[in-house]
Amino acid sequence: MKIELIINGETRSADADPWKRLLDFVREDLRLTGTKEGCGEGECGACTVLLDGEPVNSCLVAAGQCAHRRVTTVEGLARGELLHAVQRALVARGGAQCGICTPGIAVCAAHLVDEGLVSGDRARDRVRELLAGNICRCTGYQLIVDAVIEAAAEVSK
Amino acid sequence: MESRAVGASVARVDGVAKVTGRARYLDDLDAAGVWHGMTVRSQIAHGVLEGIDRDPSFDWSRVVVVTAEDIPGKNVITLIEDDQPALVPVGGEVRHVDEPIALVAAPTRALAYAARAAIRPRIRPLPNVFTIDDALSARVKLHGDDNVFKKFSIRKGHARDEEIEAALAGCAHVIDSVYRTSAQEQMYIEPQAMMASWIGDACHVTGSMQCPYYVHKAMKPLLDLHAEQAIITQTVTGGGFGGKEEYPSMIAAHCALLARKAHAPVKIVYDRDEDIAATTKRHPAVIHHRLGIDREGNLVVAAIDVVMDGGAYATLSAVVLSRGVLHAAGPYKCPMVKIVGRVVATNHPPHGAFRGFGAPQTTFAYERQIEKAAKRVGAPPLAYRRKHALREGDTTATGQTLTYSVGTDAVLDALEQVAGPKPAKTGTSASGAPVRRGRGVCFYFHGAGFTGSGEQRLAGRATVALTRDGRFEVRASSTDIGQGAITIFTQLAADALGVSPSLVEVVDPSTDRVPDSGPTVASRTCMVVGGLVEQASRALRGRISAWGREFGRANESIASLAHDVAADLGPLEETVQYQPPPGIAWDDETYTGSAYPVFGWAACLVDVTIDLDTYEVAVDRCVQAVDVGKAINPTIVRGQIDGGTLQALGWALLENVVYKDGKVANANMTNCIVPTFADAPELETIIVECPYPFGPHGAKGVGEIPMDGPAAAVANAVGDALGLDFDTIPITPEMIATRMRRS
Repeated sequence: MKIELIINGETRSADADPWKRLLDFVREDLRLTGTKEGCGEGECGACTVLLDGEPVNSCLVAAGQCAHRRVTTVEGLARGELLHAVQRALVARGGAQCGICTPGIAVCAAHLVDEGLVSGDRARDRVRELLAGNICRCTGYQLIVDAVIEAAAEVSK
Repeated sequence: MESRAVGASVARVDGVAKVTGRARYLDDLDAAGVWHGMTVRSQIAHGVLEGIDRDPSFDWSRVVVVTAEDIPGKNVITLIEDDQPALVPVGGEVRHVDEPIALVAAPTRALAYAARAAIRPRIRPLPNVFTIDDALSARVKLHGDDNVFKKFSIRKGHARDEEIEAALAGCAHVIDSVYRTSAQEQMYIEPQAMMASWIGDACHVTGSMQCPYYVHKAMKPLLDLHAEQAIITQTVTGGGFGGKEEYPSMIAAHCALLARKAHAPVKIVYDRDEDIAATTKRHPAVIHHRLGIDREGNLVVAAIDVVMDGGAYATLSAVVLSRGVLHAAGPYKCPMVKIVGRVVATNHPPHGAFRGFGAPQTTFAYERQIEKAAKRVGAPPLAYRRKHALREGDTTATGQTLTYSVGTDAVLDALEQVAGPKPAKTGTSASGAPVRRGRGVCFYFHGAGFTGSGEQRLAGRATVALTRDGRFEVRASSTDIGQGAITIFTQLAADALGVSPSLVEVVDPSTDRVPDSGPTVASRTCMVVGGLVEQASRALRGRISAWGREFGRANESIASLAHDVAADLGPLEETVQYQPPPGIAWDDETYTGSAYPVFGWAACLVDVTIDLDTYEVAVDRCVQAVDVGKAINPTIVRGQIDGGTLQALGWALLENVVYKDGKVANANMTNCIVPTFADAPELETIIVECPYPFGPHGAKGVGEIPMDGPAAAVANAVGDALGLDFDTIPITPEMIATRMRRS
């Protein structure tokens, strides 16, 4: 079946089994390989994308469910060469090491920052709660939290 | 020229590619006509492979199947012992669950899955060995007469067994305990991934790996190739932690065999369940530690017995055990020490390299022992450690006299400065549950680089080259697996050359382009290979400067000369080979001497809160003060310490690989858990710098040390909170509940 969706602001379509995982549709049919598979069971969050603006594990979503909906992947965060504030902060603060979880974390964190969900006194705790579905094995999370807080401060200015 | 890049937290060279999704990992690569490979595995732990049955109703014409008969060379994954086959041959012995029996490849992943499901190994079962005690009993023999892959003995003070026992009997206090640590999964987030293709009679392997030359060494005998016919290239690698040290050779072998038969490139990307079930993990260990102290608390004698479960094949177990025993007495003054270490064969999948490499297991034991010793003589935990810790001039268990870069007081001072008051012992949680709180500390060390004369034997090399276009290339087989190797090398080369880091490129490690710098393991990449990069850069700079003097341009910068030198002389390169520091002598026969050229030192403090309704342990604070010699890039060093610390906290409290009849029972990320953002405390990391005179700018190892200590600090903290000794990890709520009910 032909599946048409709005990927990173652009309308694109491809023929695919509607039961195909959104993760595979994005990677194989749309050739956007920034979205990664870490576990295939919705635990690690490496495959996080935004579906109509909300973070989902793309390994648990059928491509057919996404017809005519908006999907944002890591490739859609930057505006040309201008990185999203979260991406800049992840680089500057050391929030990416091996980088395999980074696309999922960047997508989810950009959503939190853009929606103003991580501000106020409990901002650090909120980051930890709301990113708890994204596993990173390299960083111990500390420098990612620092980066997201920094990006949130920059975006709210 | 003064240093500019070194010591600065310059942004990672690969940072932008990683945050934008442009970094290409193995599974992201385009390869025309690539087939998908899958592995048929044993479902029982021990037996004789009697046959490999194929479903006759399956259309086999569209797939290729590889068995041991298709191997052109020796059916062995070359490492230390040549005991592990690439595929179990019919008539051969299956030695663990999920052992590779056959391979399939197909143009699509779905077809490959279907083909795999249509193959059934027929295995006649044999008796199993699943525990260290069973292995030692040798009722079932898996290896030699005693199931012992390797044994080491260390003796300090030339004491015979009777003298050790007499010394223990004469001590005011003897702390006699048995410690148990569990298997731990590396859980790199990129599963194992490899691709192979044949071009003429050369085999090209690319993939996620730590050690291209390990794979190279394994491919030659298996495929019956000359050195130049095996070309191994690392792709961007999504984490390793030791898990991609030896196992990639197995997957590379499988890809190469499939590609040879399919006449097409073949990639194998493990599913997560397969990766957890089949690949290596940290060795489970049982450590019986007896520590004799006098009335004042001085250490008199230590007798330590270390046994590790090596699993079904020898793999790297001997060297893991070596590092374990070399750290087993800890960084404490003790005149009489006996350490015996054994690693035994079982029918578990082979255990292997994981950050710390045996030292976390023995560190857990000795730091619990020191805690108990302090308590026995009524000494405050940190003060007790400070009093009895090694300093310059003291000797370790192997008789190594420490003459430089001993960070004992520096790390203990740093920890004490921020420790603050202990939290109140009792209280109430946010949800109203009664809680207990406690504090634990530990002090520990970690030898950097290969053990003993290992670095001399490796004789690692690195090259720095001036290219035709006046830029600089670093060529080393050290891989960046997230730890920042390429950024560190760029910084070291740039400063030694006296040029901007933007002129330096670290080339992708490929065995046809880079010399063998030794493997990316053992906290050696910055300290050892970084040192070679720095020396080669200086030598190259010398040649460029000499050209400048010859042509009357002595005042010009290296960057401005580089282009003209390249035009005049063509590309230049300098290769440097490792030379050990002076005064390093090691005796492999007696296990005495300089076990490591230098040690890193660390102190850790952990505060915990235990919910008395659920027995969950929350880590409220974790402070680590770690002496790294010199932080070439403080942000990257910080990231290494933070990451290792959280892996250690996870190992202490919640990470566990559960085996049932030799099979991993929790082979998925839902049940084989690792800490999340919500589990992790704010990590208070303090970088301490006691320079190593023979490291680049004073740098010594950092990758492994943070993994060694925190588990003991957690156990000490939980013990402090509850007044009970926890000598087995992970300390799960179930374990605490059982102990609390019993007490």
